[in-house]
Amino acid sequence: MSFDIAAILAVDGVSNGAIYALVAIGTVLLFSVTRVMFVPFGDLAAFTALTLAALDGGKRPGTVALVAILAALAFSMEAFALLRAGRRRDLPKAALYYLLVPGVLAAIVGVAAPLHPPLPVRLLLALMAVTPIAPLLDRIVFRPVADAPVLLLLIIAVALHFALVGLGLLFFGPEGVRTEPLTSGSLEIFGTTISGQTVLIVVAALALSGLLYVCFDYTLVGKALRAVSSNRTGARLMGIRPARAGAIAYILGSVLAGVSGILIAPVNTIFYDSGFLIGLKAFVGAIIGGLYSYPGAALGALFVGLLESFASFESSSLKDVIVFSLLVPILMWRSIASLHLEEDDEE
Amino acid sequence: MNAMLSLENVSVSYGHIEAVRDVSLSVAPGQIVTIIGPNGAGKTTLMMAAMGLLPSSGTMRFEGVDLEGVEVERRVEMGMCLVPERRELFHDMSVGDNLLLGAFSRRDRGSVQDDIEDVFQRFPRLRERRRQAAGTLSGGERQMLALGRALMAKPRLLILDEPSLGLAPLIVREIFRIIASLRSLGISILLVEQNARAALETADIGYVLETGQISQSGASADLADDPGLIAAYLGGR
Ligand SMILES: Nc1ncnc2c1ncn2[C@@H]1O[C@H](COP(=O)(O)OP(=O)(O)O)[C@@H](O)[C@H]1O
Ligand SMILES: [Mg+2]
Repeated sequence: MSFDIAAILAVDGVSNGAIYALVAIGTVLLFSVTRVMFVPFGDLAAFTALTLAALDGGKRPGTVALVAILAALAFSMEAFALLRAGRRRDLPKAALYYLLVPGVLAAIVGVAAPLHPPLPVRLLLALMAVTPIAPLLDRIVFRPVADAPVLLLLIIAVALHFALVGLGLLFFGPEGVRTEPLTSGSLEIFGTTISGQTVLIVVAALALSGLLYVCFDYTLVGKALRAVSSNRTGARLMGIRPARAGAIAYILGSVLAGVSGILIAPVNTIFYDSGFLIGLKAFVGAIIGGLYSYPGAALGALFVGLLESFASFESSSLKDVIVFSLLVPILMWRSIASLHLEEDDEE
Repeated sequence: MNAMLSLENVSVSYGHIEAVRDVSLSVAPGQIVTIIGPNGAGKTTLMMAAMGLLPSSGTMRFEGVDLEGVEVERRVEMGMCLVPERRELFHDMSVGDNLLLGAFSRRDRGSVQDDIEDVFQRFPRLRERRRQAAGTLSGGERQMLALGRALMAKPRLLILDEPSLGLAPLIVREIFRIIASLRSLGISILLVEQNARAALETADIGYVLETGQISQSGASADLADDPGLIAAYLGGR
């Protein structure tokens, strides 16, 4: 392998890794706040790409109907729970959160789609369409089992992923999509050409993680999210509602996943089930990073991206096999390391 | 009479085991009320139930409002605050952030910085350690942070579960001095303690909890003179 080829592979790997990093950061965020390993963020990335493709073609994306159905379901469940607990006066608020907000977002996307607005608006619409999905799924699927052990929550998340793949086929159809490139420029560093898209991906990943960092360290809401992940009971005793913190984490994670979907769609063809590999690689990156550290998750995801890129040079059909089998020893090492960590944490 | 907090026939169970049975008590505005009793009597269980962290039967009212079905976070917004036995600090966050989050439930965001300054005035050691992670504090400092964080919520009723637990005698004295000084802020206090002597010295009213039931109650000065109690809890002096 010559230097030139290695450089090209490295650039490719960094660009893939940055995309996984966005999803991985959302995964770590959500896990630390809710203890749910939300594997379906990968599916949401794919759904965003599919939504954007529909918007590019001036068609109404399947996401609109999906959100409407999920909103109706989530609201019914919340209303039923509230009525049973004798909390009738909380119904209007529930209607606002679970029915009105997602409904209005979906309606805006549905109305705007045939008008074929300019690209920046389409990007925004795609994010708006996808973002309500995870908080609604949280209400439908995870809220009823909020106190379940982590492993059960993971199993449910995996099951949910398969359900979403099915819904993806139903609402988006089997065709693969590739969206218009977001930029056409390119630049040259040390004789290696780097496409504008790659630059955009890396810049977006850095900017979003920086923004998240600022939000966590300097805003009350960000600190409240950290408080919930640090000590749930302590947070509740200060009036911080873990369910609400969870909803915010779902929204932030969805935006991160959505952006990663937007960034990957011009480079890779995305199908309704493409989310699986994105989600899994982000998941693995997050675990390599130790599941609690954002920089760790980002570096882990970057490592997975590089590994994948070099593996695809050796054998493109076996690249995922190579990636995942190389990860087994790393994960074993991580699980031993984290065991020690937990012992140290005991007071 | 309009009590700050009143419990009527409250029982709390862990599965089939009834840890607290038929407890009735009340805290009047501005009063310091203490619950003393041996380890395992159910004091912590009762406080967790009062805060809504554990389900219970019976009636609880805060400032006359029935607490049935009121979640923990809402109780905090109403003006109740618990410093739990285990402190439950945010260990990986700074002392300053712990205090800031204490004020999360408040609507008057403007005065939060001034109140952090007040807490630092009260606990100068926290000021020195404001940028340090809470997990790196000593036992006494953690208790001060837990108290300070609770004060940041501007509660009208402060529930303290064994604030002197595991602390050196000198620091215990300091903690009790601080609790007594809270009286001037007009906060009602429900103080759970195993350190019965210090608790009765600080409080107006005392209740004795034994195996989940109230066995005695009265003005704390009277309880402190009770021969039976002296033999059982006050070191026989
Ligand atoms: N989580 C729990 N599950 C079952 N039993 C418990 C639990 N916590 C406390 N208990 C029992 O309830 C009783 C009261 O405990 P606790 O309220 O902690 O007493 P205290 O605070 O007065 O020392 C004890 O017998 C204790 O063993
Ligand atoms: Mg106790």
